[in-house]
Amino acid sequence: MTQRSKQVPFSTPTLGSGGDTSSWRTEKPVLDESKCINCLFCWMYCPEGSIKRAEKVVYIDYQYCKGCGICMNECPPKAIVMVKEE
Amino acid sequence: MSKYKVMTGNYGIAYGAALSRVELISAYPITPQTSIVEKLSEMVETGSLKAKFVRVESEHSALAACVGGASAGARCFTATSSHGLLYMNEMVFWAGYARLPMVMAVITRSLGPPWGIWSEHTDLLAQRDTGWISMLAQTNQEALDSVIQAYMITEDPDVLLPVMIGLDAFIVSHTAVPVDVPDQDSVDAFLPKNRVPGFLLDFDEPKTMGNMTYPEWNMEFRYEMEAAMKAAQRKIVEVDRKFGDAFGRSYGGLVELYRMEDAKYAVVVAGAHAGEAKDAVDELRSEGIDAGVARVRFLRPFPKDALREALGGMKGVAVVDRDLSPGLGGIIRAELSSALYGMKRPPQVRGFIAGLGGRDISVDDIKEAIVVTTKSSEAGEDEWMDLRRENL
Amino acid sequence: MVLKVRDLPNEEYWLSGNPSCHGCPAALGLRIALKALGPKTVMVVPAGCATIIQGTFPKTSARVPLLNIAFAASASSASGVAAALELKGAVNTNVMVWAGDGATSDIGMASLSGAAERNENIIYVCYDNEAYMNTGIQRSSSTPIGAWTTTTTTGKTEAKKDVPAILLTHHVPYVATASVAFPLDFAEKLQKAAKIRGFKYIHLHAPCPPGWKFASEKTIEVGKLAVQTGCWILYEVENGVYKLSTPSLPFTNKERRKPIELYLKLQGRFAKMTDEEKAKFQAAIEEGWISAANNARAGRLFSPR
Repeated sequence: MTQRSKQVPFSTPTLGSGGDTSSWRTEKPVLDESKCINCLFCWMYCPEGSIKRAEKVVYIDYQYCKGCGICMNECPPKAIVMVKEE
Repeated sequence: MSKYKVMTGNYGIAYGAALSRVELISAYPITPQTSIVEKLSEMVETGSLKAKFVRVESEHSALAACVGGASAGARCFTATSSHGLLYMNEMVFWAGYARLPMVMAVITRSLGPPWGIWSEHTDLLAQRDTGWISMLAQTNQEALDSVIQAYMITEDPDVLLPVMIGLDAFIVSHTAVPVDVPDQDSVDAFLPKNRVPGFLLDFDEPKTMGNMTYPEWNMEFRYEMEAAMKAAQRKIVEVDRKFGDAFGRSYGGLVELYRMEDAKYAVVVAGAHAGEAKDAVDELRSEGIDAGVARVRFLRPFPKDALREALGGMKGVAVVDRDLSPGLGGIIRAELSSALYGMKRPPQVRGFIAGLGGRDISVDDIKEAIVVTTKSSEAGEDEWMDLRRENL
Repeated sequence: MVLKVRDLPNEEYWLSGNPSCHGCPAALGLRIALKALGPKTVMVVPAGCATIIQGTFPKTSARVPLLNIAFAASASSASGVAAALELKGAVNTNVMVWAGDGATSDIGMASLSGAAERNENIIYVCYDNEAYMNTGIQRSSSTPIGAWTTTTTTGKTEAKKDVPAILLTHHVPYVATASVAFPLDFAEKLQKAAKIRGFKYIHLHAPCPPGWKFASEKTIEVGKLAVQTGCWILYEVENGVYKLSTPSLPFTNKERRKPIELYLKLQGRFAKMTDEEKAKFQAAIEEGWISAANNARAGRLFSPR
């Protein structure tokens, strides 16, 4: 009997379904933790889910971050700056 | 215990669906399918059929609802005809390629312009590339029985291809004859419930169906469809035989043979005019022509082996197509000729186009087709029967 | 329930590293929507950007069961899904259509209207990036007047089709507008919709950086300006009762609306807008607020059956 998965194109949830999207960056967000007020706006607004909640402040997961800059634009205390990628 | 009820072919379909305990019906009205959905609606509303009926706003949506429903594990049913089927066409492919089990009745009706409501098979045959198993029933009884058989076939794990059942408009759909209605318990014993794999119900290991798939992956899914069609050929024969054991009636599997054992000439037909063909053969036999009927029950999977076996050794084969692919001619004739190619001594096949736009196909028409076939040694072009040449 | 940022669950149901563009509002919308509705949500997705941002087989960025479906068929296939889920005894599950403006206001309008008229038990979210973005920025009926698209290179001459207004005439229990720039308001509306039985429609404004031609970091800024200039009104109609949403309340007062130029000049698609088109755009904003006020006064006009 053919497995159902061979009959029908079923995809399974996987990080990086678009490949290594970190390579799309031309600049990357850098957080100044001393300025972060942990308002979580960047976590909420990040289209990629690349900002992670932590104990005291957020941190940026660069594995898939595309460098769109929304986090920088929306951060109330301007704790995030965009830095050119090498 | 079964009982005889006088009913139309359409009601045969409705009773077949009800006995098959369909769970989700989604349909849009179109002549001459309407009495199927009206009957099913009545059954749902009176509670005799425990199913949900989605009264959609188009045929495209009707099949879309069935695709959604079957993806979530429901046994789905719809019915349509002619332009409704055409409007649905995108979703017909979708259901086939998504490998979803479901059954659809198609009351075969001519296409326009101009508008016409009478029988022709082109609408059904135009769906032959969609990945659906497709068949034409000859009688009201076969219509009812085929729905039950269809659910057994479509939900078989080696098949999982949707099935469409064609019925000639008005000739079968609206003519009332006594039909043996099997009892619910016998059908339940034959057709188990909960056989539809509904991936949308799985929240533990969620899956996405059908996202973008690159060429390096896609082709194998189509190969599996072809493999499923091959498996379907066996299942169709098996289900028909088992149906015969359970209910005392079977139809010959892929191809119904009538007086073919000692025939020298055969007429190949599909659908209602097989009745005329059988009468024609009876009359010709008494006139000294050893003819037989090979009624193609299933158009897809195309029964190549069954037809080769039945027709091998025939002196001539007449195909009476109630359909037309302009630029090619009769579709069944063309597919049959292709299927017979490569045989050591293939019979000569002569094509006849008849009954388009619902024009009557008489016993005499078919007799003439067979007689012409006995007299000619060359295949030639398809011959158009009963054409009003004064109008050309 | 009024949500705060911290109320949004931490778990991600739309996975990182998907093929969405930089700053994509559809991806953000999906992240928020699935946090709001939770994992027992079956998604139905017609052709559009949301198809592509799932990624390619055998991977998907969706951590919920997802049925991809033909362009015009999302509302009708979702109707079938909802019926089947009920038949199979699946309780406390959501069926969410995630359809773009093309799939909703153009090719899928008939099936949308049908599903709404039948009051099917689904949540239909239209993520509106105001054009056929997935196929390369062609105009849809949801494109605003004066906007550049590849098929309206001298600016669209027709006004934006008001799809939520069409839904109001269908007597469904819940119709709302939302914006990715106001994710908490969007999440609240989804959670409210999930508790209602029947057809729920949410029209989500989704500013698209490549399509509207603005820098990717400005997605939220552009979305906020749409509300602050009054050109996008956030409201909901629950059981026929019209209610402006909190972010739009200040802008009932015409004086408090920011000048429309602030919104238009951020977007390259409006760069060649003529003064006449700007006047029409402005007039449409006025009209929108007048009918909002009328709707509020009308109250029960759109009450469900």
